[in-house]
Amino acid sequence: MQSDSPLIKLDAVSKHFGEFQALKQVSLEVGLGEKVVICGPSGSGKSTLIRCVNRLEAHESGTIVIDGIELNESPQNLRQIRAKVGMVFQQFNLFPHLTVLENLMLGPVRARKLPREQARETALNYLGRVRIPEQADKYPRQLSGGQQQRVAIARSLCMEPEILLFDEPTSALDPEMINEVLDVMVELADSGMTMICVTHEMGFAKKVADKMVFMDHGEIVEEATPDKFFSAPDSPRCQDFLEKILHH
Amino acid sequence: MFVKRPKRKILVLALPVLLSGCSGDWGWYVVDPTTPTGLTNLKFLLSGLYYTVSLSLIAILISVFVGLLVALPGLSQKRYLRRINRVYVELVRAIPILVLILWVYYGLPQVTGLSIGVFWAGVIALALSDSAFQAEIFRAGIQSIDKGQYEASHSISLSYPDMMRFVILPQAIKRILPALGNQLVYMLKMSSLVSVIGMQELTRKANELVVSEYRPLEIYTILVLEYLVLILIVSAGVRWLERKMKTDER
Ligand SMILES: Nc1ncnc2c1ncn2[C@@H]1O[C@H](COP(=O)(O)OP(=O)(O)O)[C@@H](O)[C@H]1O
Ligand SMILES: [Mg+2]
Repeated sequence: MQSDSPLIKLDAVSKHFGEFQALKQVSLEVGLGEKVVICGPSGSGKSTLIRCVNRLEAHESGTIVIDGIELNESPQNLRQIRAKVGMVFQQFNLFPHLTVLENLMLGPVRARKLPREQARETALNYLGRVRIPEQADKYPRQLSGGQQQRVAIARSLCMEPEILLFDEPTSALDPEMINEVLDVMVELADSGMTMICVTHEMGFAKKVADKMVFMDHGEIVEEATPDKFFSAPDSPRCQDFLEKILHH
Repeated sequence: MFVKRPKRKILVLALPVLLSGCSGDWGWYVVDPTTPTGLTNLKFLLSGLYYTVSLSLIAILISVFVGLLVALPGLSQKRYLRRINRVYVELVRAIPILVLILWVYYGLPQVTGLSIGVFWAGVIALALSDSAFQAEIFRAGIQSIDKGQYEASHSISLSYPDMMRFVILPQAIKRILPALGNQLVYMLKMSSLVSVIGMQELTRKANELVVSEYRPLEIYTILVLEYLVLILIVSAGVRWLERKMKTDER
């Protein structure tokens, strides 16, 4: 792979839901190890954008290339890309009928074809990394929201992804649990993981982001370094938005 | 404290027997286990149990399997696959079970050139008929699973079969268990229709005994009780299974 080409490259990506255009010619590049934080008002297309990156939504036009592989109809390409890209959801989406350990081992055993013993070791290792090694044999609904989200992060990590997507990972959490999840995410960022995070946690963004993206009406309106983004964004819509969420 | 639920059930079961004392029309001697003929007759009636139960169980296993296979295309994004599901369900559901039994037993051998016994004709007809209902039950059950479960499965690269087997179906089956229990009860009852092609199950045995003993009232009362007990046992079993699956999650 050429070291100068970005790990993720979206070029003029568009997506409709019926008549409604959720993404309008969106282009974005993310380099290896880079952390991108996306924010913007509700309904602006943030989720749709990152869901296109692992094809939970199929884009209609434009191109998405990840680690040199184009994301298109090819099932083989899709398989390769999904193996590289993990995702953490707002609603956790843990498997409620499986224990924490089983949640973590399912992907490694079935998709990565690891032997059970090795999958178990991997799972316990990552459960330690998200600081809940003692919850391995519980069911998801016996855990707090913050713990569940950390299990979900560990589940993604067990697939040894190169890229992690986060879709508002702390929006469904009670305020007192937000930090335990953000701490884990900061640690991940420090470990060199490539991350795209949709979040309105601006403290987190200032700490880890290499690049800030502001979306509105299906477009990227502002794309800047955190310094510039938080001090002097170009677009008035972005200024407005930041004002609202930073000083409310 | 004085009328507990299980006791009331026994009371209901014993009612016909008690009634017999009140009327001269009852002749329980035909199935009186203390007399040799009565005992023989009773054993004859009960001997149908084996076929009723085995026919129903095998038929329900097949219909669950076929129902699942028919439900899956019904959940597809592709319209032609959904149409296959609809056509199957609508067609099979439209055929009366009795007609299906007759057609499978007398018609199918002529079409295929294979002769099938009474037992397997009954199994095929009941399973086929029930599979349309199973398909609808599975489709509804699978559709009730949150789409986040599919997305999480995709995000950890599970293949479609693995996703269905390890994530979607275990949750769906738990939800449709009561409906599956209903279908089993329904199947046990419908198996009585297979008596028309000579299947030696409970109903057929009762019919034969009535012909030789001329005591329809008593014999058919026993038949009613046989089905009642069988179905009460099945219902209790299904409830036990439901409770067990719930507590397994704790
Ligand atoms: N599956 C869908 N069907 C129809 N409309 C959708 C669907 N998903 C998203 N949308 C619409 O697309 C727009 C962008 O949604 P989304 O990407 O979820 O926004 P955000 O994550 O920024 O809040 C919204 O107006 C939403 O209503
Ligand atoms: Mg969203």
